[in-house]
Amino acid sequence: MGDLFASYLDGMLSCAGAWDEMFDMPGAPAMAGVGPATTDPRPVHLGASDLDGDKLGREVLGHEALGREGLLPRLHYGPLHDVLGTLSAEDYQARCVARDRSFRDQGITFSLSGEQRPFPLDLVPRVVPAAEWEVVERGVVQRVKALEAFLADIYGPGQVFADGVIPRHLVLSSSHFHREAAHLVPPNGARIQVAGIDLVRDELGQYRVLEDNLRTPSGISYVIENRRAMTHVFPELFASYRVQAVADYPAYLLAALRSAAPDRAGSAPTVAVLTPGVHNPAYFEHSFLARQMGVALVEGRDLVCRGGVVFMRTTSGEERVDVIYRRVDDEYLDPVHFRPDSLIGCPGLLNAARAGSVTLANAVGNGVADDKAIYPWVPHLVRYYLGEEPVLANVDTYLLEDPDIRDYVLERLDQLVLKPVDGSGGYGLVIGPKATGEELARLEASVRSNPRGWIAQRVVQLSTSPTYTDEGFEPRHVDLRPFAVNDGNKVWVVPGGLTRVALPRGSLVVNSSQGGGSKDTWVLAPTGDAREHLAARSHQDRRPVGRAATPRMLLGGAPPLAGPGGDFSLQQEQQQQSRDVTC
Amino acid sequence: MLSRIAESLYWLGRYFERAEDTARILDVHYHLLLEDRWVDEEAAGRALLEVMGRPISYDLPCDSVMVTRSLAFDTSYAGSIVSSLQAAWENARGAREAVSSEMWECVNAAHEGMGPAVARATGQMPHSFFGWVKERCAIFAGLSESTMSRDEGWRFLVLGRSLERADMTARLLSARYGETWGQAGWVTTLRCCSAYEAYLRTYQREVDGSSASQFLVLDRLFPRSLYATVRQAETCLVEIEPSTARPGTDDLARRRLGQARAQLEFSSPNDLASDLPSRLSYVQKRCSEASAAISEKYFRPAAIVEWSA
Repeated sequence: MGDLFASYLDGMLSCAGAWDEMFDMPGAPAMAGVGPATTDPRPVHLGASDLDGDKLGREVLGHEALGREGLLPRLHYGPLHDVLGTLSAEDYQARCVARDRSFRDQGITFSLSGEQRPFPLDLVPRVVPAAEWEVVERGVVQRVKALEAFLADIYGPGQVFADGVIPRHLVLSSSHFHREAAHLVPPNGARIQVAGIDLVRDELGQYRVLEDNLRTPSGISYVIENRRAMTHVFPELFASYRVQAVADYPAYLLAALRSAAPDRAGSAPTVAVLTPGVHNPAYFEHSFLARQMGVALVEGRDLVCRGGVVFMRTTSGEERVDVIYRRVDDEYLDPVHFRPDSLIGCPGLLNAARAGSVTLANAVGNGVADDKAIYPWVPHLVRYYLGEEPVLANVDTYLLEDPDIRDYVLERLDQLVLKPVDGSGGYGLVIGPKATGEELARLEASVRSNPRGWIAQRVVQLSTSPTYTDEGFEPRHVDLRPFAVNDGNKVWVVPGGLTRVALPRGSLVVNSSQGGGSKDTWVLAPTGDAREHLAARSHQDRRPVGRAATPRMLLGGAPPLAGPGGDFSLQQEQQQQSRDVTC
Repeated sequence: MLSRIAESLYWLGRYFERAEDTARILDVHYHLLLEDRWVDEEAAGRALLEVMGRPISYDLPCDSVMVTRSLAFDTSYAGSIVSSLQAAWENARGAREAVSSEMWECVNAAHEGMGPAVARATGQMPHSFFGWVKERCAIFAGLSESTMSRDEGWRFLVLGRSLERADMTARLLSARYGETWGQAGWVTTLRCCSAYEAYLRTYQREVDGSSASQFLVLDRLFPRSLYATVRQAETCLVEIEPSTARPGTDDLARRRLGQARAQLEFSSPNDLASDLPSRLSYVQKRCSEASAAISEKYFRPAAIVEWSA
């Protein structure tokens, strides 16, 4: 084992039982025995001790006698570990310099406290075996389909209310429910052209959905640029793997946008990407997508609406636009209907969309389906609309309107995460284990006065992955955002996704604005070499299968849940949809 | 093509050309003063600052360091090299999907490298900075030549570049180095346009005022002569919108450029020698009117509408 892994085991031990992507916890039977695929690996009602980080830690400590040699990479990480193990710190750093140079030259930077820095890509990729990915893919497709059906329903007939599946007041009271979108039927039925479903892996390696992003999820440009940079600076890592390509995303997106065009547009609709402007943090992505799709990148001031038709101002007069992939939030899109002070939208856009002369993608009003108060219902929606069991489980969540659940949660505020349902960017979120007594008291008062305004969740120890630090490789917490594209017929998931990593030790915050980085995500091709095949098989045996939250948990009763405790920071912050801001 | 993008490309062309030409002029100016101690540093500096639109108060000393600082490094002056590169970068950023990735990388690398390059230059070696600027501009020109389709975007880029080049050549001639320092002054003027060697090959004799001004104003083949640049700009306009009007043209910008070109094309060398300043200012004036007409016609600034509840 190379020097760079020297302190890795110590790092794992300090991560309180988090699942490590690269290494099996040495000889820990509790981790290997996830159980048969069809049953839930854990009881629904967990006692505090079942997920107690200390307990897992002790178990592992018991195996420390195995020594560092006990640290064996999972099969699919074997070849990668072999290469990384032979690197010296100097060699590794030389590649970091090449990577930074490449990002800088292309202007792929973000500003951190006023300084422009290259986009932080950790050079150790995350490897996802084909069998594991198959579950993620199936789960994401299922979720997007269910949420599409849900949006079509609530902005249409409202059958889901009539059948009593979800309370009407909950949906209508969401700040992202827009009456303006009611009965606006998209030409090809798709409202969610692009979705980013945020996943985390819990302590047992099971993928869980932490949040759905159905408005303007960003990050796909980093997925593609990360891969490009990796092939430039670390070509030898690819030698032993057959990694699925991610670069054809723009082609899929363009196809989805074209198929969303109004019938009138014929076979060659005009597509444009609408950006808030160069000052938007995601501007690189907007221009990247426009360039890769070969379509115009417009700002609000480039558009003009007249008689329910949208035009862009060109050097040869006005040109009609059929599909707008907009990266401007609903609230700023059209000053006639939404915020009148918006300068980045275009007045008349929504009327044109309602008149059917232009398609907005993603559709207006999608935010209601990724609202935090709706999130606990998604497994039900999957069953209701698709008649299937959810493939990917949620993170256990409590709604607080029921007095019994509320009392139960209020007793354990110091062990749970509380999120305001309307909050964004992590604003207002309280991590119980990190909060002071005073904060908890304030929180309690706030929950009591407005139980509808809050949800409570178990604190999940995100899985860890080897990440380069000054002390060599150390485990750092990661999440995963796969991207799905819906062209109306089929939901396609990019084989890859944005793995975000929390760079400070012990941190669960993966936001790049708060010192987070990213990793290239390698989804292996289904028919690879024998080694990968083995890896895939061994994973199938322990493949975690989604467990739906029980109705009791959502709607009543008091399932005892507790967070594992320990040093946690704001994990939900990362999960906020990257919001486009006014410029 | 989007009006906003066309405008960005036009200005991208202009700013890069401005940075490049300013670097050429300063490079020559700075080293002329070192080589030739007979030249009045103060007067030469003032003349240059004057034509570059940055006159300096007579209370202040005007040595070559001052001139360099003002025209190369002064971020508060919009015409300085660093400001031009900054503005070029801002325009490229807004039109990123319309230029090739390589061009964008070149512009961005210039922007990134500007800080270090300025730091090196202020440590006594302005020549390395000017060399660096010219090199970045050459890479940009080469990449746009080899990676851009000859579509509307390309034409707006070249249009901007040509008009700026015409303007810079006219300004340089207006500094009247030749009139002040005779032959040495004309050599300097030619060098500032990188035209000295081309001149020698063309005329095969030593530099004199009338043939030097002829070369810089009227030469058909040298790409920085006033005539060649105006002609180039005119060609771009024709390609952007071929005229369909029967009597002449209905495009104001073309009319202005055509007037400037005709004025140059059909003057005799003697007219030119006797009346250079007024002819230069005529051409400059027509070019700036053309630029205004182009903005009016193609860039159509949309009024920002603010809605109140």
